[in-house]
Amino acid sequence: MDPMAAIRETFFQECEEQLAELESGLLAIEAGDSDPETVNAVFRAVHSIKGGAGAFSLDDLVRFAHVFETTLDHVRAGRLAATPETLKVMLRAADILSDLVRAAREGTAVDEARCAALADELRALDPNGGVEEEDDLSDLNFQPVLVQLDGLDDLDDFELTSDPRHVFHIKFKPRPSLYAKANEAALVLRDLRELGELKVACDASDLPHLTEIDPEGAYLCWDMELTTDKDETAVREVFEFVAWDCDLEITQEGAEGAASGADADAEVAALLALVRGADQNDGEPVSAGVTESAMTGATEEPPAAQVVPLPVKQAAKAAEGELKAASPTIRVDLDRVDRLINLVGELVINQAMLSQRVLEAGLARASAVAVGLDELEQLTREIQDSVMAIRAQPVKSVFQRMPRLVREIAAITGKSVRLVTDGEATEVDKTVIERLADPLTHMIRNAIDHGLESPEKRIAAGKPEEGLVRLSALHRSGRIVIEVSDDGAGINRPRVKSIAVEKGLIAADAQLSDDEIDNLIFLPGFSTASEISDISGRGVGMDVVKRSIQALGGRISIASRPGHGSTFTMSLPLTLAVLDGMVVTVAGQTLVVPLTAIVETLQPKDSEVHGLGDNARVISIRNKFTPLIDVGRELSYRASAADPMASVALLVETEGGGRSALLVDAIQGQRQVVIKSLEANYQHVPGIAAATILGDGRVALILDVDAVVATSRVEPAFFDDAMAAVG
Amino acid sequence: MSKTILTVDDSRTMRDMLLLALSDAGYRVLQAQDGMHGLEVLQQEMPDVIVTDINMPRLDGFGFIEGVRRDSKHRAVPILVLTTESDTDKKDRARRAGATGWIVKPFDPAKLVAAIRRVAA
Repeated sequence: MDPMAAIRETFFQECEEQLAELESGLLAIEAGDSDPETVNAVFRAVHSIKGGAGAFSLDDLVRFAHVFETTLDHVRAGRLAATPETLKVMLRAADILSDLVRAAREGTAVDEARCAALADELRALDPNGGVEEEDDLSDLNFQPVLVQLDGLDDLDDFELTSDPRHVFHIKFKPRPSLYAKANEAALVLRDLRELGELKVACDASDLPHLTEIDPEGAYLCWDMELTTDKDETAVREVFEFVAWDCDLEITQEGAEGAASGADADAEVAALLALVRGADQNDGEPVSAGVTESAMTGATEEPPAAQVVPLPVKQAAKAAEGELKAASPTIRVDLDRVDRLINLVGELVINQAMLSQRVLEAGLARASAVAVGLDELEQLTREIQDSVMAIRAQPVKSVFQRMPRLVREIAAITGKSVRLVTDGEATEVDKTVIERLADPLTHMIRNAIDHGLESPEKRIAAGKPEEGLVRLSALHRSGRIVIEVSDDGAGINRPRVKSIAVEKGLIAADAQLSDDEIDNLIFLPGFSTASEISDISGRGVGMDVVKRSIQALGGRISIASRPGHGSTFTMSLPLTLAVLDGMVVTVAGQTLVVPLTAIVETLQPKDSEVHGLGDNARVISIRNKFTPLIDVGRELSYRASAADPMASVALLVETEGGGRSALLVDAIQGQRQVVIKSLEANYQHVPGIAAATILGDGRVALILDVDAVVATSRVEPAFFDDAMAAVG
Repeated sequence: MSKTILTVDDSRTMRDMLLLALSDAGYRVLQAQDGMHGLEVLQQEMPDVIVTDINMPRLDGFGFIEGVRRDSKHRAVPILVLTTESDTDKKDRARRAGATGWIVKPFDPAKLVAAIRRVAA
């Protein structure tokens, strides 16, 4: 790749990080974080974006970042208080900045009016109220370049009309500070020589006796005559870095008001006086010999009279920053990690096969080979866990996109919303995270748009005007559970039911429990919005959310209390790559049941199993009736019901918390299996989550417990009707 | 022998750009991510010129320059400061901290190399 293109890519990656830091910093400040380092980090984020954008000539981005940076600088310097109002503007500015970055990356257009409006809002925060002042400053940025170019242009014109050669007399006396800053007088002379013909006379008269020499002192002075076709600007530029640390006198021969020999003595006297006072007064070193006109525009620096002492705070801040050293990281191409994970997956399968072969060979369990294999198994597992950990990332990267979403939807709906996030550090596989963003976005939209009431209604209901949306993540029994809850009105069950009837999703006289009504919103074709707003969906409903969660091997459930709000709970596997499973036999087929779902296994007794209608059966477990699901029949492996007495029942818990018993023929054992996607290689099969390769090299299907339980449960009439209506 | 330049910048983009421009110009390039890291690198290396950013976490450019100037081994190394704008105030502070010169961002490789040549013996 072209190196600049690669750097450009790096820049945009870095922008993403800085935008994230910017937002989390602003949110921390909003939440009361008063650590100056937080403000500094926020400032640095914008500053870096601006710096990089400048390098790639992304002018829109530079302009906006500059205004934003200026505002942040005021906050940093304590000139502007970080009030909630100020922070609101800045958070929106962060959103715009993020839009601008994306626009720059993709080369798309931005909403210029919106940018300009927000830039004005930012400027309005300026404690100096100085819109004009800002503009002056931004002009100033480009001035040095412009002036120099003008100068050169003038020179070109000049050359055409008259003798281009000038003679400059330069008197250059470095001070000790010049050397202390690692500047070197000899280098200045070298650069001067490059401009033209240089005659140098070194004045060593100040040089003391060797025993009195201060090694750090400055004793030499140079008188030079430079004949060049360059103008004074170019000559002065040579002294750009040293102008403050030397006595410099540049006079142009023949220029008006040039110092003549007569008053040279007086000048030298004045100069000497300056030199003596130099240590106390680091002031304007340029002597009177320079004409006013030559000064104008010649240097980009104003007289260095206003001296800003270095704040002592700086050192303290630096020391403080030391404590916050980030742990070292490396960036690795995701493909490489994926390849490693695949290989480790193969290794696990291979190791399992090997174990089985050894077992089949009839070697004793205590034989050296078997013991060695046990160790290998442990190591393989550890390698696998470690490799998986590489892919694990905190959900923060998705969570931190939500505050912006909440702000935007709150603005569109006119509702006042507070978003509380919890468990951002919870880690989950990167592929899961990536595919989490869309469903989560949709659920948050839904929570604000449909869940929360309008401020008036909330006040009337005796609730705080500001609605609360809570987003939380936690690990629970090998899965990650993400909850989106709101303190809104809860699901309006009569309305949901009437809509479902209206849309032909259920029969008009269907008797449904509250739970069943709530779950209607997941049915395809159900949407409570009377018109499709651009908020809650580009025409998609909760069914799409449910499907995308299911595609991840996850479940979604809902709990709602009228008047108190709703909670959507998603439970997802931590990784999409491995699974602890129970290997079972059903009608001669080998299936894997995810271990996380299994509560216990039991041998049904005749007295415990009861028929219910034609097909359904229940089993009494500790005096509780639990649906007994014949896996063989559900998956159409066989037509007739299995004999419960000759089978094993697996008591499983589904995502909603309900329990069912799955009837299988026999249990083969428990094993960690590598998940091979069925969708990627074949297609989605209802009731089957994925496939795997067993130790003997055969393919086994992994049972989708919830799907099997769900289809067996919703056999009642309405579901068929619903499917007919939709399908 | 080619000269060694130490670049100190917290932005990966900027470090990469400096690396590209300087190595194209034939310099050996060392990199540090902030002032603190820069001082650490200096414990093992003797660069001929240092190019540093100002706004950095942990230890900013001003603190870094002061640190270098206090170090008897490195106090004579020329230090160029990268400033986003020709901010007089910032240049002044950098100068006071002991900076040798400055480079105004965005820089082109020619400008960068010219500035380095100006201060490098």
